[in-house]
Amino acid sequence: MAEIAEGGGGSHDKGKKRAKKSSTKVDMTPMVDLAFLLLTFFVLTTTFAKPKVMSLVYPAKLEDTDDTPPQKINNAITFLLTEDKIFYYEDEFFAKGNAQGEPPTVLKETNFDPDGVRLLLSKGNKYVIDEKNRLEKLVESKQMVDSTFTKLIVKAKQDKRALKVLIKTDDKATCKNFIDLVDELKIADIGMIAPVEIMKSELDLLKEKSK
Amino acid sequence: MPKSSPSIDMTPMVDLAFLLVTFFMLAASIRPSDPVDVDIPTSISDVAIPANVVLVTIDAGGRVFFKMSDSEAKRELINNMMSKYKGLKLTEKQVEEFTLMETFGCTVSELPQYIDLSSDERRQFNTPGIPYLDSTNNQLKDWIYYGNAAAVNSGRTAFEDAQIMGENPEVKDYLPKFILRVDSKTLYANAQKVIDVFRDLDLNNLNFITSLEMAPL
Repeated sequence: MAEIAEGGGGSHDKGKKRAKKSSTKVDMTPMVDLAFLLLTFFVLTTTFAKPKVMSLVYPAKLEDTDDTPPQKINNAITFLLTEDKIFYYEDEFFAKGNAQGEPPTVLKETNFDPDGVRLLLSKGNKYVIDEKNRLEKLVESKQMVDSTFTKLIVKAKQDKRALKVLIKTDDKATCKNFIDLVDELKIADIGMIAPVEIMKSELDLLKEKSK
Repeated sequence: MPKSSPSIDMTPMVDLAFLLVTFFMLAASIRPSDPVDVDIPTSISDVAIPANVVLVTIDAGGRVFFKMSDSEAKRELINNMMSKYKGLKLTEKQVEEFTLMETFGCTVSELPQYIDLSSDERRQFNTPGIPYLDSTNNQLKDWIYYGNAAAVNSGRTAFEDAQIMGENPEVKDYLPKFILRVDSKTLYANAQKVIDVFRDLDLNNLNFITSLEMAPL
């Protein structure tokens, strides 16, 4: 196979006048070259990773939200994103010298390490995660069907004890920062994610902190 | 000791090579060339892109591009756009070309010229993208508005077809989905302005295109 047919033959037919028998073997080398060229081309150009989508529900736009007093927020974390840095504060925001007499909010910095955002979220969202583990055990032991499981998980995520997360960005944050954070929230089974507009007082605090 | 021949039997190797060539040829899908390169961020989400979509691309510089999956709906879209923008006049051939065009991004006045370009020239075409910042000339809003209306209609036709075929379709599978394709380096402030255009039209359920990364265990 793939060898060059040699003319003539062994010494035994030396001198004999005989019609040259053409070899049945074809030289396959060029074909093989081409086959491997094509193979290399397709291996290098084929991508198997089909892009996926990550769904995110934005809060509906309301008319004139400026005058409505901010609702009291319990069990919430607000993330403030700036260029490659991530700050957060828990529950409500208190500006310096606020009327309620509460100490002013201090921003804490965190990161995407395992003991950063992920630990913070798994602590805050303990209720949903425990509930999910409990329900998963029930499904495993065949005491619950999948559709009930999905329904109960959605319900748990909307529960009062579940963590709510607000995301605010400044004008330097990139989409990568934003999507990385939303991804972490999805990993931590956060059901209530609200990307909202940043307030002036928060922006000032963020600027000061990220200097 | 017999001298072994220097030629080896290559048949199994060639067989395997052709098998692999055939496999990769069939597995490869031809990707249409986009007028813009986007480096999409990663996430653990493993939901596939739905069928009936309105897709808005925002590149790293904040330029906006538009795409619709359904070519019949695109015909309806461009007809509505032509009656809204009186200056936009397209020939029958250009309308045909528009329905076949994948992602595009240019102002309405540049559109006839843009359609006549080849896909390579579209990459080079110097354009600000679809205008979306100016509230008096928010062309993106019109593209999304008419695109949504056309996609709802085509989705309804597909839904009724599926019903006639005796399948048991669900309405929500045929409604258009809104997808944002953002570059990792796009400023979120730019994306937010596009998202606000969607929210102005009361379309709050958006999807980001991401590539799959492994979920932590």
